[in-house]
Amino acid sequence: MPQLIRNGALVEDRWTLVREVASTAELSATKVIVPLAFWLAAHDELRARSDVGVWLAPADDPALLAADTASLPLIAVDFPKFADGRGYSIGRLLRERFAFLGELRAVGDIQRDQLYYLHQVGFDAFVVRDGKDAQDALSSLRDFSDGYQLTNRRTPWFRRSGTDVPARMRGTTE
Amino acid sequence: MYRYDAFDQRLVDERVAQFRDQTRRFLAGELSEDEFRPLRLQNGLYIQKYAPMLRVAIPYGLLSSRQLRMLAHIGRKYDKGYGHFTTRQNIQYNWPKLEEAPDILADLASVEMHAIQTSGNCVRNITSDHFAGAAGDEIVDPRPYNELIRQWSTFHPEFAYLPRKFKIAITGATTDRAAILVHDIGLQAVRDDGGDIGFRVIVGGGLGRTPIIGHVIREFLPRAEILNYLDAILRVYNRFGRRDNIYKARIKILVKEQTPAVFAQHIETEWEHLRGGAATVPDEEIARLAAFFVPPPYEKLPSDDTGFRSAVADNRAFSNWVKRNVFPHKVPGYAIVTLSLKKTGVPPGDATSDQMDTVADLADAYSFGDLTVSHEQNLIFTDVRQSQLMALWSELKDLGFATPNIGLLTDIVCCPGGDFCSLANAKSIPIAEAIQRRFDDLDYLHDIGELDLNISGCMNACGHHHVGHIGVLGVDKNGSEWYQVTIGGTQGEHAAIGKVIGPSFAAHEMPDVVARLLDVYVDHRHEDERFVDTVRRLGLDPFKERVYAAAH
Repeated sequence: MPQLIRNGALVEDRWTLVREVASTAELSATKVIVPLAFWLAAHDELRARSDVGVWLAPADDPALLAADTASLPLIAVDFPKFADGRGYSIGRLLRERFAFLGELRAVGDIQRDQLYYLHQVGFDAFVVRDGKDAQDALSSLRDFSDGYQLTNRRTPWFRRSGTDVPARMRGTTE
Repeated sequence: MYRYDAFDQRLVDERVAQFRDQTRRFLAGELSEDEFRPLRLQNGLYIQKYAPMLRVAIPYGLLSSRQLRMLAHIGRKYDKGYGHFTTRQNIQYNWPKLEEAPDILADLASVEMHAIQTSGNCVRNITSDHFAGAAGDEIVDPRPYNELIRQWSTFHPEFAYLPRKFKIAITGATTDRAAILVHDIGLQAVRDDGGDIGFRVIVGGGLGRTPIIGHVIREFLPRAEILNYLDAILRVYNRFGRRDNIYKARIKILVKEQTPAVFAQHIETEWEHLRGGAATVPDEEIARLAAFFVPPPYEKLPSDDTGFRSAVADNRAFSNWVKRNVFPHKVPGYAIVTLSLKKTGVPPGDATSDQMDTVADLADAYSFGDLTVSHEQNLIFTDVRQSQLMALWSELKDLGFATPNIGLLTDIVCCPGGDFCSLANAKSIPIAEAIQRRFDDLDYLHDIGELDLNISGCMNACGHHHVGHIGVLGVDKNGSEWYQVTIGGTQGEHAAIGKVIGPSFAAHEMPDVVARLLDVYVDHRHEDERFVDTVRRLGLDPFKERVYAAAH
């Protein structure tokens, strides 16, 4: 049973995430996701490869990938604990400030009730934690039909509705 | 007041459906207690001593009579016929059933209310000036900005899992009635030299275990930039606030550890990236929100109603009430009235469902159908004609909400304490009642004058004891309940943290301790000096000597 949700569907995961790696010789698998520190250390060797992605820990600085976001196929962000919200800011920074367009993947303690907000800040792929039903989690992406904030919709609600202000006022529920 | 449109209503309805499903999954065993906790907290649901406690948001303390009737209905249908107004201008129910919480949220949604983010490590209910829109010292009516920031904070996807809870207070007036110096962020409306509206931004204040007065990190922020700047502050806090120690996780610790100057620089740097971006607030949006808060249809009245003046002169009880519970209004002939929820023998801030229904009727009859909740746990009618004050007073007396004690010793701010709260170290309500019973002589209370007495049952400081002129903190010593006393705390624009006078006291000693503190004040006060002014002038020593000479 695949646990990867990508672009709103359950799919098979072709990437392997390695938690620790010391040298490029250890990277037997293709399509491998390496830690940020290793990526930076082996940058010259890895940079040209299209089958290497990078994962960030919550305390990592996404600005260190600023020069690589145009070419990286995948960036993963680790959520060691459900309640650790640092990765949400990392997601927005990668999408909005560093213009990353590739797959942005949430890994770690990921379950159904985080998916909606994660999607809003730019994640389009989620590895649902073992023991939790990914099919079930999928439905939570539709928990809310919209939101007020500047998010993956790119503009806040008031800017999208702002051209027709009187219409919004007429809509008050009386 | 603000009314939901179809967009706002849909989001709140979707939230009810989401929480109904989360509760179902928890009760079915699909979610563990640890997994359910952050979800229920972000819907205001605590598991307390005897039952769950549900905290309902009253955004910036503003309620319509229709909403208050629903709060009364909820108290009757799902609880024991009452509710408790809190120091964050919210209302709490102490006896709901977990499985009924989704139904309560659905009832709330039917009157454009919710319990979203009233707990948990997220941006909490926005609090504001309870005299907003009616006070004479307003630079700008804060309510359109309160609503703007309420919407920004509601389901903000980036900031739902912060290191710790996050509280924002806003005032549009020069007198600070919103305690902006003791919030994670305090915003004060100001005008620049060109007359444009902006905000002074204060960060890193707070009470709790480490009480700190906030620091101004920006003197003038243009109003259009408010959401960009809030995003910048919250992002820096979300990324760099401490998560290793719950007691050091509030933003005040980050500000302190970085120093306010360095912290401010980080915010400015982050803001530079966001400035002028898509979340910049257009004037049209501010105008749209302001249109919900246009002044009610005031009558043209003389500034002094003669009938009212003669009633004040003739009726001592009425004049006492006017003196303490009625405040000047910016519009001639009108007044602001505070309904005291501090009658002796009733837990501070409590109101029964029947009382709420009557208050709703009175709001319709006397104050354009709206009311506000103050962080001192009282209710406010902001727009009452002077000529109707006598009639309103009679009705409030029957209701038990006319105790003429606003700002006095018996207007005690008090958390639910050990009677209800599982965090508490000690009971707080019985201490409040014992003090109220001891000081029931109105002449004495009025002679003592303005005195804020605040009681918290634990370090979390829901009773804001640090900023009480007299603060009482419940502490646990080897399994028994003791009370530590601070004096000299102050809220408002001269906010100060009270100082501990010495070893703590047993519950039965507390009325005597307060009596002795007041004796020192009466012996030494200068004319027009409040208790807290005398404390500042004399320092702690004379108070300590009197209290401990007698007690030990």
